[in-house]
Amino acid sequence: MLEVSGITRLFGGVTALEDVSFTIGQGSITGVIGPNGAGKTTLFNIITGIYGRTSGRVTLEDRDISGLPPERLARLGMVRTFQNIELFGAMSVLENVMVGLHTKGSSGFLACSLKMPWSIAEERRIRETAMKWLEFTGITELADDCAGNLPFGKGRLLEIARALAVEPRIILMDEPAAGLNSKETLGLAHLIGKIRGMGVTVVLVEHDMELVMDVCDRIVVLNLGRKLAEGTPREIQENREVIAAYLGED
Amino acid sequence: MKVREFLCKKRKIMQLEQILQYTFSGLSTGAIYALIGIGFSIIFNATGIINFAQGEFVMLGGMLTLFFLEVLKLPLWAAIPCAVAVSALAGLLFERLAIRPLRQPTPINLVIITIAGSILIRGLAMLLWGKDTHAIPPFTGDEPISIAGATILPQHIWILAITLLIIAVNKFFFFHTISGKAMRACSYNRRAAGLVGIDVRRMVLFSFVISSVLGSLAGIIVAPLTMTAYDVGIMLGLKGFCAAIIGGMSSGMATVVGGLILGVLESLGAGLISSGYKDAIAFIILLLILFIRPQGLFGKAESERV
Amino acid sequence: MKREPFKFLLFAVLVLVAPLAFKGGYLMNVLVFVGINTMLAVALNLLLGYAGQISLGHAGFFGMGAYLSGILTATCGWNPWLAMPLAALAVGILATLIAFPILKLKGHYLAMATLGLGIIIYIVFNETVDLTGGPSGLSGIPNLAVGSLVFDSDIKNYYLVWTFTLAVMLFSVNLAGSRIGRALRAVHDSEVAARVMGVNARLLKVQVFALSAVISSLAGSLYAHTMTFVSPASFGFNFSIELLTMVVIGGLGSVYGSFLGAALLTLLPELLRGAQDYDIVIYGGLLMVMVMFMPGGLVRGIPDLFRRMARLREGAGNA
Ligand SMILES: Nc1ncnc2c1ncn2[C@@H]1O[C@H](COP(=O)(O)OP(=O)(O)O)[C@@H](O)[C@H]1O
Ligand SMILES: [Mg+2]
Repeated sequence: MLEVSGITRLFGGVTALEDVSFTIGQGSITGVIGPNGAGKTTLFNIITGIYGRTSGRVTLEDRDISGLPPERLARLGMVRTFQNIELFGAMSVLENVMVGLHTKGSSGFLACSLKMPWSIAEERRIRETAMKWLEFTGITELADDCAGNLPFGKGRLLEIARALAVEPRIILMDEPAAGLNSKETLGLAHLIGKIRGMGVTVVLVEHDMELVMDVCDRIVVLNLGRKLAEGTPREIQENREVIAAYLGED
Repeated sequence: MKVREFLCKKRKIMQLEQILQYTFSGLSTGAIYALIGIGFSIIFNATGIINFAQGEFVMLGGMLTLFFLEVLKLPLWAAIPCAVAVSALAGLLFERLAIRPLRQPTPINLVIITIAGSILIRGLAMLLWGKDTHAIPPFTGDEPISIAGATILPQHIWILAITLLIIAVNKFFFFHTISGKAMRACSYNRRAAGLVGIDVRRMVLFSFVISSVLGSLAGIIVAPLTMTAYDVGIMLGLKGFCAAIIGGMSSGMATVVGGLILGVLESLGAGLISSGYKDAIAFIILLLILFIRPQGLFGKAESERV
Repeated sequence: MKREPFKFLLFAVLVLVAPLAFKGGYLMNVLVFVGINTMLAVALNLLLGYAGQISLGHAGFFGMGAYLSGILTATCGWNPWLAMPLAALAVGILATLIAFPILKLKGHYLAMATLGLGIIIYIVFNETVDLTGGPSGLSGIPNLAVGSLVFDSDIKNYYLVWTFTLAVMLFSVNLAGSRIGRALRAVHDSEVAARVMGVNARLLKVQVFALSAVISSLAGSLYAHTMTFVSPASFGFNFSIELLTMVVIGGLGSVYGSFLGAALLTLLPELLRGAQDYDIVIYGGLLMVMVMFMPGGLVRGIPDLFRRMARLREGAGNA
């Protein structure tokens, strides 16, 4: 479904990614792991059109999407969450999710400022759908709270709810378990399972190995900007190079 | 035939002389813009703030010198350091009373607070010294000097010499003193600088003091040429910013070159095209640079982190 | 949400009956300006308060509306009702063209670029003497008229200007609570996240910039036709700053706040007649105090203050 081939990215003199390639299957859960600074976030930024790439190609269901801006990718069914939570802090939790439904509406400046009947109807529909996603992620009771004041764990859930509202076919999550306690992490694992259950492909950057080994079908290991290994969780756990990279041997 | 050729040649020489003349005066105003621009850059690098009040320190330099000369009857050599000292104090107070206490230092709030500061300083200057335009006597007479057909004033030489001196001192400070190096560290990475034990807040305060000193010096050396008034700070400040933008917000040579380019272009434009549009030239350059090369004429592009 | 229409209705009724309280007099004239400035502040607030994009050059768009209207009617003899939309269209096109490169900039850089733009426009007003009359201004601009009703007195202009102002306010209130308003606020909070959600941030920012410029241009046209005279001095850098002050003092992201800010800043000089030279200091001081102690502006700060006072009183009552 998603194919990354030969992605290279330089920052000035630093090579953040070098010739990274892998393929992700429809409906799978893929983990991307690697030590800090390995280039995981940079990879996500390139796939989701936030950074440009120095060379390489990204295809989504046989369509070349390299270099497309994120707003186009959202309409093609690709969405992501952020390592450092990027919520709309001045807006309510419900409104955050309603922004996720932006592509599901069509009222422009004129219709909105004149409050045309169809834009009122559309607004009601968007609100109801947003509530549904809050329910799905289990934060309905926070609907009217200010997103900027949410505790960390709830913020992560809201980011996922907002991303799901786009009705993506593939969702990329950057360290969704970072900063969560063990109970919250368990809930997250359950939620990821539910998301896959809807037929959404999941890509996951994560440091929590237990979570990764638990939920992922396949794992890609990055180290110093290169792909070190790729395989099932079991294969990765037994891979010498991976163990060496994590323990700092050579 | 001969006469016409002669006249033609003479006109050409005159034009050349004119261009030379404009270039000379452009270089000296450009040096002023450079000093102000370096002030902008120093604060920007230490704090990420564009200080819209920068121009007011330029005004304070000139007006305070005048005050010490005329009201307190000090000689020029004493009036100048006094003016610089008071401006530095004003810069210090500005940082302490306006910038540091800000509870939500978002870019927009910082823009607004420094604009508010500039209005306040300008307003106070007007209340204290009135709305009149004043002249400061040149440092050493006003006997014009003739160079290659162009005439320049001794004050032009003062401006260039003092600017060079300040740039040298500035360079020495940033590369050979502990405080200077600490400030440079802050400009690369404020958090890391804090972690290795640099007092970042003090460096911020320093940056305001240094740039108010630079601004006031610029205001003092230019005042004998252009006169001074409570509201000269707006335009001078903006032109200084323009120089800094051309130089990519560097606090070194790039901004100096930026100031000189701006000064010369402005002076040539005003002389050869239209004096009415003189001020527009700087802003057209500003927009072009921001649109085409926001990293400055000499800088490399940088990407933003997510 | 349901309260919005009533709030607006109440405000509209207050505007309607306000002249009864003032019975003509020179204050009527000031209230006309409150209307024009409210329109401008609301326009700037759409850009700054909702989309989070600063502009220090809005006086330029205001001036372009005024001059285009003035030149088309006084010099070319057009009907003002025709000149007004045409001026707005021209300003809208120009603003769109300039918005694409200028809105790539952020924060301080955007502030400086828009400031530069405003100053360039101001210089053009001064220098194109043949068209604008230069620093001495352009006079003989006709009043607006509907049939035989000519808007040539303060009270007539009051109702004319406020009709437009109320319409702009209503549109803005509607917009703010809608899909587009939400997307604008999202761009303000996190542009990258908004884009990932499918919001075309670039386009949206350009559109709101153009809309803001068009409203400013309409305000400029109204200004020209009510004053019948325009000169560059009204459209300089200082006025851009004044507009910014109105928006910030009133409250970023609040339409009624923009009215409060505009009213306060327009009435203040009248109240401070005796202290003429102090007004610039008071301005600067006010702006500084507001940003430091009431960053939410009057609309949020005043209720806050009341709440705090009520709590204090309660505390005293309990003791
Ligand atoms: N915008 C940027 N500018 C310069 N260097 C960057 C930028 N983003 C990431 N890098 C560099 O790329 C490398 C990989 O970073 P990142 O992708 O954030 O790692 P990870 O997410 O795996 O911890 C690091 O060396 C980092 O410093
Ligand atoms: Mg990362």
